Amino acid sequence: MSKNILEMRTITKTFPGVKALEDVELDVIDGEIHAICGENGAGKSTLMKVLSGVYPHGTYTGEIIFDGKEAKFNSINESESKGIVIIHQELALVPYLSVAENIFLGNERRGRGGLIDWNRTNHEAMALMEQVGLKENPMTPVGQLGVGKQQLIEIAKALSKEVRLLILDEPTSALNDHDSAHLLGLLRKLKERGIGSIMISHKLNEIVDVADRTTILRDGKTVETIDMSEPDSTQDRIIKGMVGRSLENRYPSRTHDIGEEVLRVENWTVHHPTQTGRVVVEGAGFKVHAGEVIGIAGVMGAGRTELAMSVFGQSYGRDITGEIYKRGERIKVRDVSEAIRHGIAYVTEDRKKYGLNLIQDIRTNISSAGLGKLSSHGFVNGNKELAVAEEYRESMNIKTPTVLQTIGNLSGGNQQKVVLSKWIYTDADVMILDEPTRGIDVGAKYEIYTIINRLVKAGKAVVMISSELPELLGTCDRIYTLAFGRMTGELAVTDATPQALMALMTQEREQEPMIKDKEVLS
Amino acid sequence: MKTGTANIRNLVTRNIRTSGIYIAFVLIIALFAILTDGTLLSATNVTNIILQYSYILILAIGMVIVIIAGHIDLSVGSVVALTGAVSAVLVVENGAPWWLGIIAALVVGLLVGAWQGFWVAFVGIPAFITTLAGMLLFRGLTLLVLGNISLSPFPAEYGEIAAGFQNGLLGGKGFDLFTVVIFAIAVAGYAFSAVRARRNRIAYKQTVGATPIFILRLVAVAIVVMWFAWQLAHARGLPNVLIILAVLVIIYTLITTRTVFGRHVYAIGGNLSAAMLSGVKVRWVNFGIMLNMGLLAGVAGVVYSSRSNGAQPAAGNMFELDAIAACFIGGAAVTGGVGRVTGAIVGGLIMAVMSNGMQLMGIDQSIQSVVKGLVLLLAVAFDVYNKRRAGAR
Repeated sequence: MSKNILEMRTITKTFPGVKALEDVELDVIDGEIHAICGENGAGKSTLMKVLSGVYPHGTYTGEIIFDGKEAKFNSINESESKGIVIIHQELALVPYLSVAENIFLGNERRGRGGLIDWNRTNHEAMALMEQVGLKENPMTPVGQLGVGKQQLIEIAKALSKEVRLLILDEPTSALNDHDSAHLLGLLRKLKERGIGSIMISHKLNEIVDVADRTTILRDGKTVETIDMSEPDSTQDRIIKGMVGRSLENRYPSRTHDIGEEVLRVENWTVHHPTQTGRVVVEGAGFKVHAGEVIGIAGVMGAGRTELAMSVFGQSYGRDITGEIYKRGERIKVRDVSEAIRHGIAYVTEDRKKYGLNLIQDIRTNISSAGLGKLSSHGFVNGNKELAVAEEYRESMNIKTPTVLQTIGNLSGGNQQKVVLSKWIYTDADVMILDEPTRGIDVGAKYEIYTIINRLVKAGKAVVMISSELPELLGTCDRIYTLAFGRMTGELAVTDATPQALMALMTQEREQEPMIKDKEVLS
Repeated sequence: MKTGTANIRNLVTRNIRTSGIYIAFVLIIALFAILTDGTLLSATNVTNIILQYSYILILAIGMVIVIIAGHIDLSVGSVVALTGAVSAVLVVENGAPWWLGIIAALVVGLLVGAWQGFWVAFVGIPAFITTLAGMLLFRGLTLLVLGNISLSPFPAEYGEIAAGFQNGLLGGKGFDLFTVVIFAIAVAGYAFSAVRARRNRIAYKQTVGATPIFILRLVAVAIVVMWFAWQLAHARGLPNVLIILAVLVIIYTLITTRTVFGRHVYAIGGNLSAAMLSGVKVRWVNFGIMLNMGLLAGVAGVVYSSRSNGAQPAAGNMFELDAIAACFIGGAAVTGGVGRVTGAIVGGLIMAVMSNGMQLMGIDQSIQSVVKGLVLLLAVAFDVYNKRRAGAR
């Protein structure tokens, strides 16, 4: 029986209004590969940020025991000095510096007089690169290497710091199969050398493949820790743990009165805007009818937002191919104003970054996409604009003393209502809602669902993208699943279960069979 | 009817960013009025300030739009020189009629704007770089056009643009009645539109300031403006360039606050991604902004060449910096999205009063430069501080 290198006891972390973690327990045995699973928002990343000192000691409750001693990290530097190294999903390498420079960044190999000893730097870098199986010139700029190799450089960098426990956040999400296999092999090799790792992943097959034990988080709580050597520790077992909760009555009921087809997307393929050759969405398609809510389910990085934004006037990606049909007629949507003209609206996932002009008032934000309706000869009718803003303040229940309030001062829920108002005012027939309830409280969520119901009742078509399966099951008529850029299934909500969706959402590329349920609604 | 009446403190704190500048303006005028024993506010000096800084103010109008959209234009000084030079070559050297010189200058300004707009909007070169290149490029072209020598003088009609006055049209004893009447009409128009705007806001159930404060503000504005008119009327009358300036301020205030184009400028500066995803044709708006800046630089070129009665190879040197400073002192945000035409004008006037006041006091050029630099720095520091406080959430 080996000892625990890490014990996290009753970790509770609250943000204003939300309990992100509640009494979370995590034990990691020295030298094991420990996987952490959970839906988006279950608290995985928060837990790792607590562990690595991003959230310093004192901002959470509970205790962390590392290597037998209680650890009170105040910064990443402190946790790193103890040998805990975290590798984030978005790699933190400087593209213009060489491999060797990146490996020793902040930890430079110095020689006489404090100057950098380049021979030693490059020599040691080569030794580290060999350990991770990277055959490159250490003087190559990192930007010239692929994502897979960059990931290896991150690990080499961790090794240079005498790592005891490696934390990898979604390490293989951006990698192809070959690179993933290599990375997992490397983790096993490190384990043989006694270096354990914590791996956060959505790819359940990899977890089953490589992990010794798996801890499942759900809604900020530890559900269980599974010993992966047990024979019944299968993917299904993990999925059950991840989603095992009942649907409460959190969704307002509505009538299902589905009309004609409004929007159909076919053979939709999108390439990454900067990484040439990387396919983000591949041959995807969906259709939505008047008065219908369809859901697009997928884990983070599955290509949901990319799919929606590329449909919305090619706002994302390059080399986009495929067809869009509006009421059966093929249309071209080359930019956002064309999308608006064709009655397509897109409510972004990140409202602060992409949806709102935070330094302006509510009125201006509401009118910003529908200014054409408010103006003649290029002049905006300010009085009408105010009247419109007031109308939406009332009908959408935006809680503010005046529509001249700067929007940055509103709560997340009210900001989201402003974004919805803005798009409803454009008279769109199809509303694509990307994570419409992210980061807003339960009450405001209910209001958003009510607004969605009102929209479909008025004959609009709604496409809902969400990471929260209960939300999709509670609001949609049909749900498409997206995994690694491909549509892996289409289920009527009456046939869908969290387990079935999760299985489709994590379905890997090689596995061929897809659950196609085309007859369900037509 | 519920209208809601904001109290004074609320009004002040909420509008400190925009009203702070007016308070600062008044304080600076008062300071220099005292330091110069009132010379600053004398009739001739007030006229002088207008004549001397008109072209900076014209540039500031275009510049504030550029800055609101999150760009910068370093080339305007060179464009002023180039447009003036083209005009001078036609009119002074080749004897073309004076109005052809004006048209040529404006066309050259537009061409420059289109050139820079092309690079900024369609190629995607940052405006800083494009206009830095333009600064060198257009200065070089100026030297080329002028053959490295100054050209003067312009015919008298051309000089009237910046140095002429409307005087004696209605007579008046010891002062120009016309000037006073024009200003009285302007004040009445301002009061009328302010009352109407207020009525509208009440009709749409928006918060408005308390009635006494509103009236007090109208009266204060009226007094200040009429006093200013009185001073001008006692000097040489209504400067032509002030008419040009007033027309431009009115047009561009309308453009920035009332038109779709203006809205798009603010949207781009406030959040570029959100603007794009709201259907704003960002490229065309950026092109329009640079085109407009070129046109206004052409106007400033005409005014400057008219005032200096000729074209010089070094004309307009450092104008861009004065224009940019005027915008930032006038409350434009360094990060874009915030700014006003009126703010830029007041910012420009603050610079003008400070320079003029210090000149009257006989303060050395070196100290003047130091003071102006510090004022700019403090104005932007104030903006950054405000933003940090507001953007903490």
